[in-house]
Amino acid sequence: MTSRDTIAAPTTANLPMAKALTAGLRQAMLDDPKVLMMGEDIGPLGGVFRVTEGLHAEFGEKRVLDTPLAESGIIGTAIGLAMRGFRPVCEIQFDGFVFPGFDQITSQLARMRNRHEGGVIMPVVVRIPYGGHIGSIEHHQESPEAYFAHTPGLRVVSPSNPHDAYWMMQEAITSNDPVIFFEPKSRYWPKGVVDFTAAGTPLHASKVVRTGTSVTVVGHGAMVSVLLQAAELAAAESISLEVIDLRSISPIDYGPILESVHKTGHLVVAQEAAGFVSVGSEIAATVTERAFYSLEAPVLRVSGFDTPFPPAAVETHFLPSPDRVLEAIDRSLAY
Amino acid sequence: MSVTSNGATVRTDASPTVQLLSADGTFAPSDAAAEFLPYFDRLTEADYRTFYRDMVVVRKFDTEAANLQRQGQLALWVPSHGQEAAQVGSAHATRAQDHIFPSYREHVVGMIRGLDMVDILRMLRGVTLGGWTPEEHGNFHLYTLVLASQTLHATGYAMGMQLDGSTATGNPETDQAVIVYYGDGASSQGDANEALVFAASYQTPQVFFMQNNHWAISVPVSRQSRSPLYLRAGGFGMPGIQVDGNDVLASYAVTAKAMDDARAGHGPSLIEALTYRVGAHTTADDPTKYRDPAELAYWVARDPIVRFRSYLEGLGIEQEFLDSVDEEAADHAADVRRRALEITSPERSVIFDNVYAEPHPLVVEQKAWLDAYETSFDGSES
Repeated sequence: MTSRDTIAAPTTANLPMAKALTAGLRQAMLDDPKVLMMGEDIGPLGGVFRVTEGLHAEFGEKRVLDTPLAESGIIGTAIGLAMRGFRPVCEIQFDGFVFPGFDQITSQLARMRNRHEGGVIMPVVVRIPYGGHIGSIEHHQESPEAYFAHTPGLRVVSPSNPHDAYWMMQEAITSNDPVIFFEPKSRYWPKGVVDFTAAGTPLHASKVVRTGTSVTVVGHGAMVSVLLQAAELAAAESISLEVIDLRSISPIDYGPILESVHKTGHLVVAQEAAGFVSVGSEIAATVTERAFYSLEAPVLRVSGFDTPFPPAAVETHFLPSPDRVLEAIDRSLAY
Repeated sequence: MSVTSNGATVRTDASPTVQLLSADGTFAPSDAAAEFLPYFDRLTEADYRTFYRDMVVVRKFDTEAANLQRQGQLALWVPSHGQEAAQVGSAHATRAQDHIFPSYREHVVGMIRGLDMVDILRMLRGVTLGGWTPEEHGNFHLYTLVLASQTLHATGYAMGMQLDGSTATGNPETDQAVIVYYGDGASSQGDANEALVFAASYQTPQVFFMQNNHWAISVPVSRQSRSPLYLRAGGFGMPGIQVDGNDVLASYAVTAKAMDDARAGHGPSLIEALTYRVGAHTTADDPTKYRDPAELAYWVARDPIVRFRSYLEGLGIEQEFLDSVDEEAADHAADVRRRALEITSPERSVIFDNVYAEPHPLVVEQKAWLDAYETSFDGSES
């Protein structure tokens, strides 16, 4: 009997995203004995962000593997475990530490099914806490999602809120394709309502989270809360922003974006990552191709700068803020 | 005398190398071979014939494949000439339930596990990125072209055997293990070292079979390691064995013990098989630019097939058998050649069909676009 079947289990809870993720991981482990957790410090410690807290105690060391400190080793052995029929969920401790595992992700994990002409599935989830706003040191605040979105064979998603985190994690684990799961670490702590009875939105669907009429703004992960703040500020000036939570970066669900742009004629894409060759660039190009006659202004990007993530003391100048978003809104509306 | 992994010549009686046959084919076990003699004793004359046949057949196949490449029928060929004994001996130490993770030069290991050699040529002819289904071909997994990547896949697979209870139950008929092949060049890769760390940490049922063929394309093993490579095993916390990889019997014996130990739950081990890449790295390589002819001559004089044939002749093997093997090898090579020329190109849909297990809109759209684009030309010339 899974917890979902438990009589009188609460149907909703007010949880921080980190704990919603824990609940999602736990449910996935209850649902399928082949689901494994792997990573550095994820056992008794529960991970540096405590996302796997309690799982080692509940499921034991054969389901929650504290691994040697080697990211390529984590991903490479997860591939072997997936070939054997397991569904590994790998934790990369911080965004900037994924690169020792990059070759195994891009040259092996992403291609294994294609190389086998469909003969294997690679149900591996790679969890990556990412993004800034936490005032940390180098390699701890990065947004490397474009590297993975650029890689055929991978799926890339990022929830913006606890409810989505709970459900998207379970959907990622049941996917038969590898999923790079970017967890916006600055959103780990704010609480939100999780409805345990229904996901509401499929894993790879984008979603309108605030309706509006003046300008469409799109973002993912932590940027969604920045966009919602910008929308509040804009509303005070009678500018109505329609905010779309991308949720999935590969594939991108363009339906709601195009529908919104047909209505507003203006699109601003915001992201923490550097703008050059970014997810925002891709969205700008595609929307221009598909909604050219609806656009009343060029698609604008609000991004991190094309520099390494700076020392934390100046990160507020680097990261797109509600004001930076509004500056782009003004430019868009000026056309 | 014998040659160590970094090229130094040492006295045999001081050598750590496990050897059963001396270079002239005389049965003369080295001191280091003592603990492996019970494994040698398992072999029958029928096994000897199989070993010899496998080595000769793959040598001939190798030559034929190189010819096919030279004739424009393959994009590339990767010769195994000179490494037959290490591969044949180790492959015959596996059991049906074991899993084999090759690098990309272990053609005869695949053959022994039931793989059609034409399937290897399909990949090298550029009609597939893989070529076969491992579960239907003796659990012989696909070739991996990024060096040492497969060592981690093998280790993860072996971890899976532990987790699903398929090993170390005490039943050698069903207990499983993994053998992973890699080389002296790949031993420098991070992945090879991480695989050894993980394997030792989780005590996986696994053998790391490193063929030290002395050359990583043009770079000698001395650039990879100052110390004999088998000694690295100790640093990872597992047994390391150095074997004369041109001695098929010794290669069998050490691998049989290591695989038995792995299946029985005694953890991983590393075998360094000293051998030599007599041919080029691939058909794109030219070893005359960097190799001393005297070194090549030294190793040609230690040819694994010649050595084993001498041993068999000493046992009184009939000439008819040796002749029949040559004939079989020629027939096999001719058959492979004929069928290699019949390999057809895949449909263009292969570009898209297996990138994802579940539909991905970008791939679906692009496949449809290409179909529409290509079919737009249909009839345009009429």
